[in-house]
Amino acid sequence: MAKRDEYERLIRTEGATIRENTQGFNEGRYDSVAKLDDYEELKDQARAIKEDAIERLPALVEELRESVAENGGHLYVAEDAADANEYIREVVAEREAERVVKSKSMTTEEIEVNEALEDDGVDVVETDLGEWVIQLADESPSHIVGPAIHKSRAEIADLLNERFDPDPPLETAEELTGFAREHLGELIESAEVGMTGANFVAADSGTMALVTSEGNARKTVAATDTHIAVAGVEKVVPSVEDLSAFVELIGRSGTGQDITAYISLLTPPVDSPVVDFEDDDTPLSEQGDERDFHLVLIDNGRLAMREDDQLRETLYCIRCGACSNSCANFQSVGGHGFGGETYSGGIGTGWEAGVEGLDTAAEFNDFCTGCTRCAPACPVKIDIPWINTVVRDRINRGADRERFDPLVDGLTPDAEGEPSAGGAAETDGRPPLDKRFFGNFETVAKLGSATAPVSNWLADLGPNRWLMERALGIDRRRDLPEFRRETFREWTADRGSTKTVDAAESEGRRVVVYPDLYTNHVQVDRGKATVRVLEALGCEVVIPAVRASGRAPFSQGMLATATDHAEDVVAGLEPYVASGYDVVVVEPSDLAMIDREYEKLLGGDHEALETVAEGSYEAMEYVYGLLEQAGADPTSLVDAPAGHAGVVYHSHCQQRTLGLEGHTTAVLERLGYDVTTTDVECCGMAGSFGYKADYYDVSMDVGAQLREQLDAEENRDRVPVASGTSCLEQIDALLARRPAHPIELLDPEPN
Amino acid sequence: MSTDADAAVAKLDEVRVETHRTTPDEFAATIESVADEPAVGVELADLPVSLADTPVAVDPTPAALKAASTGVTRASLCVADYGTLVLPDDDRGSELVSLFVDHHVAVVRESDVVADMETAFERFDADLREEMTTGESHTSRILATGPSATADMGELVIGAHGPERVTAVVLED
Repeated sequence: MAKRDEYERLIRTEGATIRENTQGFNEGRYDSVAKLDDYEELKDQARAIKEDAIERLPALVEELRESVAENGGHLYVAEDAADANEYIREVVAEREAERVVKSKSMTTEEIEVNEALEDDGVDVVETDLGEWVIQLADESPSHIVGPAIHKSRAEIADLLNERFDPDPPLETAEELTGFAREHLGELIESAEVGMTGANFVAADSGTMALVTSEGNARKTVAATDTHIAVAGVEKVVPSVEDLSAFVELIGRSGTGQDITAYISLLTPPVDSPVVDFEDDDTPLSEQGDERDFHLVLIDNGRLAMREDDQLRETLYCIRCGACSNSCANFQSVGGHGFGGETYSGGIGTGWEAGVEGLDTAAEFNDFCTGCTRCAPACPVKIDIPWINTVVRDRINRGADRERFDPLVDGLTPDAEGEPSAGGAAETDGRPPLDKRFFGNFETVAKLGSATAPVSNWLADLGPNRWLMERALGIDRRRDLPEFRRETFREWTADRGSTKTVDAAESEGRRVVVYPDLYTNHVQVDRGKATVRVLEALGCEVVIPAVRASGRAPFSQGMLATATDHAEDVVAGLEPYVASGYDVVVVEPSDLAMIDREYEKLLGGDHEALETVAEGSYEAMEYVYGLLEQAGADPTSLVDAPAGHAGVVYHSHCQQRTLGLEGHTTAVLERLGYDVTTTDVECCGMAGSFGYKADYYDVSMDVGAQLREQLDAEENRDRVPVASGTSCLEQIDALLARRPAHPIELLDPEPN
Repeated sequence: MSTDADAAVAKLDEVRVETHRTTPDEFAATIESVADEPAVGVELADLPVSLADTPVAVDPTPAALKAASTGVTRASLCVADYGTLVLPDDDRGSELVSLFVDHHVAVVRESDVVADMETAFERFDADLREEMTTGESHTSRILATGPSATADMGELVIGAHGPERVTAVVLED
C-alpha cells in the first residue's frame, strides 16, 4: 500500500519539524487575533471585499489595465501557464537579462516559470531564504507560506555546507542567515530582472501589496530595472483603501504575527533610482530612472472557478496558510502529504481542483476530515471543509471539470448498487466501496446491533479483519466500535416516560433527545445518562424515531445520500420544535450537521431547517442553559465526589467551531469538578478517517499529541472526558484510563 | 506629548525599534549619537531640520551606500497601533538608503503619528490621489515594522536581507 508507506515516511522524516513550525504559527494566530477587538468584523469586511471583487472581476481587470498603463507599465492576462511563461520569457529576453531574482510567489510555482526561464539559459535565483533552500535541495514547498518548514536547522546547515563548502562550516541559524544574505545580496545587486508575486492589486491605482519579512522583495524590486509581478487574476481588489483590512489580518492569520516586517505598497514602475552598485562617482539622485514594469495576471482555470458556485469561494483565499496550520493532519504530514502539484492544506483542494483538475485533488482530498478547525481561522471565512466535501463528491462521481453538475440541486443519488472492487481511481459514477461502506454506516450499525454480540465477535476475527482491510481499507490495528444489542431507542421504548410536563407549565421543559447513530447503537450509555439528567432537571423527554443525521455519507462526499438524510431529519424534528420541544443532540458532529452543514445541503431560506437549527442544542450546552439561565435545581445531579482528582476535558473539533466548548467546562465546575482542557485541534480519529488503513499512522500520530496532553503530569490522575464518539474511541485506544462523556458524570443513576 | 505618540513609542519598543524623542534644536546631536558611521542619508524635505549639520553623508554614491553602516531617511507616518513606520519610495533613493544598510534610522514628525492602520491607509490613499492629479502617479510606500527577520533557517533570526537594526527618531513639532 504505497500511500500508507509514503505517509508513514513523511511523519518520520518531516513530521516533527512541520509540527513544531505549524503549531508555533497556530499558537501565534490565537494570541494575535485575541488582541483584535474587531476580529470578526475585519473578517466580514475582508470577505465582503473579496466577494465584490470576484463578482466584478472582469470589469476590475479592465480598470486595472488602464491604471497600469497610465503608470507606464504593462498588464498581461495569461490564459494558462504556457501563455504566462511565453510572455515572461519574451520580457526577459528583450531585456537581455542573464539573471532573474525572485521573491516568494506560489503562483510562479504553479506556472513553473523557473524551469521555463532556465531552459532559455537564464539564471533564476530564489531570494526568500525558505524558497532558496528548497531551490538548492531541488524540492517542492511543504507549506504555502513557509516553503521549507519541513527542514530543520541542521538539515539546512548540511545542505549549505555541502553545496558551498564555507570555512568554517555554518552551524547556527544566524550563521546560515548571514551567509545567505551575503551570497544572495550579490546576486540581487547584479541582476537585471526582479520577479515578485503580488498579494493584492488595487484596480483603481495599480498599487500592489507585497507581504514579506526578510526584505528580499524590496531588494528584488529596488535593485533591478525590470519588475515582473506574477499573480492570480483573483488578486485584484477595487481600491487601495480595501487593502487595510487585509494588512491587519494576513500576518496574524498566517504566521501569527500582528503584522509582518514589511508590507510594500508599490505603484510600479517605482520611482527609486536604478543604480549600479559599483558606481562611486554618481550620487543616488543622479542615477538612472528608466524602469520597466509588467504585471502578469494568470487565469489558468480561475475564471472557470468564478463560474462554479461551489469552487468560487476558493478565489477569496489570500494564501495565508491558516488552514494548514490549524489542521491536525497537516501538522503531521505537511504539504508533501496533504498537498497537490502546488497548493497544500485545506484550501489546497479547491485550488488544485480548479487549476489542475480533480485527479490531482483526489490524491490528497481525503486528508480533510471535515473537523472544521480551519473554518474559524480563515480570514475571509471560506467554508474550506465544504469545498473539500464538494470536491470529494465530484471525485466519487468521476466528474471532470468540463461537466460540473450543479451540486446540490438535482443530484443523482449516490448509487449504492453492487460493489465493484474499491479504490478511489475506480469511479464509474459511484463512490468507491470503502466510501460506500462508511457512508452507509447507518445500515451497518442497524445490522450490527440486530446481530450483536455475534456481529462484534465476527468483526474481530482475524481472517475477517484481513478481509475488511483488503476490501474496505479498514486498518487491522483498530478496535472496531462495539454494537450494543439493545439500542438507545429500544431502551427508551421499554422504559417509558418518567415525567410528563404540561406545555403550559413554566418550570418544566419538553425535550427531544435526538437518537444519533452512535448514541443509538454504540455509545448507548451516554444517551441513557442524558435522558436521566434531563429528567432530573425537570424535563419531559421523548426519543422519536428520527433517522441518522447523514454525517457518515457527508464525510465520504456522498452528498445526495446526505441530503436525503437531512430532509428526513428536518422533517422528523420540525413538528416537535414547532410544538414547543427543544432538541438535544449528544453527538457534536451531528449537531454540527444540523447547525452548519444542512444549510449547504438544503439551501438557504429553508424555514423548517431554521426552526430545527434554532431549537437544537448540544447536551451539555442544554444542561448549562437549564442550570444557569432557567434556574433548574441541580441537587438531584451527582456532584463531584469528595477528593476527586478532577477531569481533563477534550472538546470535540466541530463543537469548538460552534463555540460550545465552554458550556461543558462550566457545568462540570458548577458541580464541583476541577477541570483542565486540551488544546489540540482534533483527536485524529475524525469519524472514519482513523479506521482507514491508509491513514491509520497519521491518525495515531495526531492522537499522540492528545495522549501527551492527557498523560501530562497535571492531567495524569484526572478522568478523561470527551464529547464526541470519535474522540472517545480514540482516547480509549490511546490511554489505559477509560474515557467518559461528560454527561455521564452527572447521571443520577450511573451505569 | 500626544497619546498616539506615547502609544507609538511603547509599540515601537515591542517590535524591536529603539526610539529617541528629540526637538529641532537637539536633532543634530541626537542623530550623531544614534548613527554608527559611516552613515549616509537622504535629506529630510519639509522638516525644520537638516542632516547637513550631522556626520551623515547626504545623497551618497551607490558604492558609499554599500559601504555604509547606517542609513537615515524620513518616515512619512508612524502607525501607533502596530509600531509601523511608513517609508516613502522616491527618486532620491530613500528606499535604497533605508534598505541596503545594517541600521536604519527613520525620522518621523510627532504630528505624523497616527493611531491606526485605517488612518494610515486613508493618508496613503489621499497622497496617491494628489500625486496622480499632479502627474506623479508612482506613490509607493513601505509599511516597515521592526527590523527584517526570518524563520526560514530553523529558528527566528533578526536581520535577514533588510536592516537588522531600526531606530526611530521622533521629532517634536
